[in-house]
Amino acid sequence: MDILKYTAVELGKKIKAGQVTAMQACQAALDRIEEKESTLNCYITVDKEGALARAASVQEQIEKGALAGPLAGVPVAVKDNMNTKGMRTTCASHILDNFVPAFSAEAVCNLEKAGAVILGKTNMDEFAMGSTTETSYFGATRNPHDPAHVPGGSSGGSAAAVAAEECFFALGSDTGGSIRQPASFCGVVGMKPTYGTVSRYGLIAYGSSLDQIGPLCRDVTDCAAVLSVIASYDNKDATSIKREDYDFMSALTDDVKGMRIGIPKDYFGDGLDPVVKETVLAAVELLREKGALVEEFELSLVEYAIPAYYVIACAEASSNLARFDGVKYGYRAKEYEGLHQMYKRTRSEGFGAEVKRRIMLGSFVLSSGYYDAYYLKALRTKALIKKAFDKAFGAYDVIIGPAAPTTAPKLGESLTDPIQMYLGDIYTVSANLAGLPGITVPCGKDEKGLPIGMQLLGDCFQEKKLLRAAYAYECAAKERRERS
Amino acid sequence: MANIISDETIEYVGILAKLELSGEEKEQAKKDMGRMLDYIDQLNELDTEGVEPMSHVFPVQNVFREDIVTNGDDHEAVLENAPERREDSYVVPMTVI
Repeated sequence: MDILKYTAVELGKKIKAGQVTAMQACQAALDRIEEKESTLNCYITVDKEGALARAASVQEQIEKGALAGPLAGVPVAVKDNMNTKGMRTTCASHILDNFVPAFSAEAVCNLEKAGAVILGKTNMDEFAMGSTTETSYFGATRNPHDPAHVPGGSSGGSAAAVAAEECFFALGSDTGGSIRQPASFCGVVGMKPTYGTVSRYGLIAYGSSLDQIGPLCRDVTDCAAVLSVIASYDNKDATSIKREDYDFMSALTDDVKGMRIGIPKDYFGDGLDPVVKETVLAAVELLREKGALVEEFELSLVEYAIPAYYVIACAEASSNLARFDGVKYGYRAKEYEGLHQMYKRTRSEGFGAEVKRRIMLGSFVLSSGYYDAYYLKALRTKALIKKAFDKAFGAYDVIIGPAAPTTAPKLGESLTDPIQMYLGDIYTVSANLAGLPGITVPCGKDEKGLPIGMQLLGDCFQEKKLLRAAYAYECAAKERRERS
Repeated sequence: MANIISDETIEYVGILAKLELSGEEKEQAKKDMGRMLDYIDQLNELDTEGVEPMSHVFPVQNVFREDIVTNGDDHEAVLENAPERREDSYVVPMTVI
């Protein structure tokens, strides 16, 4: 069998059994990258020599028995907003296009400890601000299912690289849907864990109270395996959470009997593409057939999530991105007079249009006279949204809806109208505001052959319920395919 | 459009954001910000009287740890990223005359 067809967990088993070497797997992925990159542009940086050398040393350790985890020897791609020691990390921005970190993000260290082999860094929207991967300084990524369409964003490079078999799994980050939406558009499984589950140390911050790292994978089993590896308590991240249980693989039981599933009516109303609606509801039906108890309900406040999100995210971004001033790292303007003009020119030349737009809005909502009306109002709205979810999770184990209102738009269609683009985040931003875990699983395609994703949301710390439901769906969909 | 952003406001926000916008960028920023604020004004429909602002979903307080050095001396790798350096220092434009 073609090495590239294995899932990450399957590949890990083959390597452990001596049927495939880590070098062969790495070479297969690099060949695939070579073949596909001129069309898709999933990567900003590919570290060919580094990856092959690392694969050889991992192989040696596997043979000695020093590395035995499920991801040992498996090639991975990392979103370019996570620091990788000695490997350029750009955040897809001109302002960081020559930045080489002196340390690795904790999630990256966890992958390395598990023996994964980093192939390179994936493309994204600049500073993770965008829903299409078109705001990247390094050019847009294209959707492997149809290169005329976007892969989604901001983790579009990671999602597309997994879908195009240019890696066996990838890491992404999710501030308002940036893992779940591109996973939906590219037909892969993507998960945002509960806030604080994966350390943000070494993740270049966008909206710190919302940011969370998570996996993009070929199936739910890979997703559980990767989460088990990258999730950890880390005292270098003050918001890191100590979890009681990091064994997410034990959730894969294909049993949803009696599981209470809530379908928020407000996620299936106006603005939702009818094909997406039908496909997601048909997928829910498979879970019902397996014994889940499915019920519709009103979640409420859905339309307020996006305005609250953009106020909070932009406010935090305006503060987080103040560090890019041309002093210690990254780009510095060539011509300036004095310190202040150096700051201003550096930032004006170094940031792209969408980043500037969000920094401006964030600076405005935090400015005196507007702080209460906008920023505090958004934080109060966030509290109400959290309460609405608390109530919903009193009645349901899992909430299911679409990941995005449509399938992937064509390149060039989204950036002309920012508000229209922001509205595409309607089903994903709430999970970030409320800190909830969410997973997107592919559940069909539209008439153009573009993937549709089903999104499952769980209460904080209930990743296992999500994985159980997602895995049961995956098994049911496979059984149905095999029957027909 | 309910929110009209004045030239003064854009100037002021530019100072806060440390951004130097061109004339064209300023006009665009006025339009974009006005539209975004119109959209955000939807939040005013919500009664949030008595609701505590929630900055974090979990009740986090300051997290302290002992100040123990665990990493090695990375100063060369850190300084390598400097746009301009002199020995072990960053070079910046003169700030005190």
